[in-house]
Amino acid sequence: MMKSRYPAFPYILFMTIFIVVPLLIVVYFAFTTSDGSFTLQNIIRVKNYIPVTIKSLYLSLIATVICLLLGYPFAYIMARKTSNIRKTMFMLIMLPMWMNFLLRTYAWMTILEDNGLINKLLALIGIGPVHMINTQGTVVLGMVYDYLPFMIVPLYTVLMKMDYSLIQAAQDLGGNPFQVFTKVILPLSLPGISTGITMVFIPCVSTFVISKMLGGGTELLIGDLIEMQFTGNTYNQNLGSAMALVLMVIILICMGVMNQFDSDEEKEGSVVI
Amino acid sequence: MENETIISLRDIVVDFDGEQVLRHINLDIRNHEFVTLLGPSGCGKTTTLRIIGGFITPNSGDVFFDGKKINSLPPYKREVNTVFQKYALFPNLNVFENIAFGLRLKKIPDKEIKERVFEMLDLVSMRGYERRDVNSLSGGQQQRVAIARALVNKPQVLLLDEPLGALDLKLRKEMQIELKKIQRETKITFIYVTHDQEEALTMSDTVVVMRAGEIQQIGTPIDIYNEPINAFVADFIGESNILDGVMIKDYVAEFAGRRFDCEDFNFKENEPVDVVIRPEDIKISAPEDGQITGTVESVIFKGVHYEIVVADKEGYRWKVHTTLYEEPGREVGLSVIPYDIHIMHKMPEAENK
Repeated sequence: MMKSRYPAFPYILFMTIFIVVPLLIVVYFAFTTSDGSFTLQNIIRVKNYIPVTIKSLYLSLIATVICLLLGYPFAYIMARKTSNIRKTMFMLIMLPMWMNFLLRTYAWMTILEDNGLINKLLALIGIGPVHMINTQGTVVLGMVYDYLPFMIVPLYTVLMKMDYSLIQAAQDLGGNPFQVFTKVILPLSLPGISTGITMVFIPCVSTFVISKMLGGGTELLIGDLIEMQFTGNTYNQNLGSAMALVLMVIILICMGVMNQFDSDEEKEGSVVI
Repeated sequence: MENETIISLRDIVVDFDGEQVLRHINLDIRNHEFVTLLGPSGCGKTTTLRIIGGFITPNSGDVFFDGKKINSLPPYKREVNTVFQKYALFPNLNVFENIAFGLRLKKIPDKEIKERVFEMLDLVSMRGYERRDVNSLSGGQQQRVAIARALVNKPQVLLLDEPLGALDLKLRKEMQIELKKIQRETKITFIYVTHDQEEALTMSDTVVVMRAGEIQQIGTPIDIYNEPINAFVADFIGESNILDGVMIKDYVAEFAGRRFDCEDFNFKENEPVDVVIRPEDIKISAPEDGQITGTVESVIFKGVHYEIVVADKEGYRWKVHTTLYEEPGREVGLSVIPYDIHIMHKMPEAENK
């Protein structure tokens, strides 16, 4: 990588303009008042939002765990199928992503509403109506639904590449199916697990659309509150920047802690943050 | 005890997608033996090994281990261990933990694991490497670890699937001798798969020659080399001149345009046969002293000997191995004693393609 820096130049320029500069702007706003003088007030005020932040982290964690539990078996089965079945399965998990994100979330609204699809069906057999929408449960459901593919794909990639003879070797050495999984398959798929968690957890923590639509006004997350600082009538971009900055630091710490558990972060399939 | 059969395959048939990979294989493997399954790629030798290992279930036929039927016993319940073609070492574990893998699964106490692993490290001359990352080892070292990992479980039978295929020639020869030594010391039955006839002859007590899903011949290396059962085995084991001939009557065969005395009998009169003569069994002489005359076409220096090709009047090109140089273009005589003429039944046409 050190051999020629020249071809990297456009990318460095791109990253500077579109990543580093905006970050610095966020930092600038976070530490200034609306008239531009230095202050720590914004950061201090973020402490009012600690409960919401904890709730966001908590719901994201649940969604990430569910994604992992759903995605792992799926990816495992997919990786063991013949190439045609694999392609079809891959298509099917990617297909919803071709549709607009908002549209998909709206669809869930009409399904889960008090007079939505599910409740109409339940009414036919004389049950309900069951109140589902605007709860933490539906927010988590939305997160799982929207981000599950981001869990499956890295897991699938790692499991696909796994040398099948390793599994056979473990069986040969006396490993029953459970031992083969815990001693060989799981440790070797850690890089994929860590990437999957990263790719689901981060967007979940900062989401605002899902919580707004499926959580109604009652289950707001930190992402919603940040958005309000920029678009709502509480308009305060300095406070919004401070909140975004603090959230970023929290996520960074979470990922740092996770990478401690994953010593093989250099392996293929993993994202180093 | 010596001749006790440990593994029996009875009428094994395997097909993959309608294609028969093994056709009615019957094989008995005796305890403490070094058995080699030898044949060209696609002959079914690896499939046979995998049936013994439990990775493939035969479509029909039975597998017996120590007298017990084990057809559907999964690999982890079998008292056999495998050395895989590409070693299949666990990349997340170091050398020690790779070797200890099987023992850890059996919940053997740490102290005993340590003893047994170090014993194995000594056996494969890898002492001092126990803390090393397996990815940092050379191919030969990885191979040793793979062998140790299998042997540490003290299996009754060790299966080896072309384990030396990825090593260079010199290392391969060293490992051949070492494997043979390990087998003698441990007295474990080795079932070894290879397509390298020299490897098979060097190491084995018994060689099983396979072709197109069928066993052609089972015998000691000397038997297989000296008394090949058909032209395929003769051709696969070492180099041969294979000619079409006719068995005129007992002890007399006709080929290359003349009659030869030979030591074979029990053929039908005038039965078409394959005649096999090893290149090293042909003597070159002055034209008038030979049974056949021909012209030297080419001479290749092979190190220990020259490989000389002599074209006879019928147009057959004889391959001759000799330590004496002959000038290309010279007229020479070729002769072979009756003992070195091997007469074989023609193989059935269907198989002959």
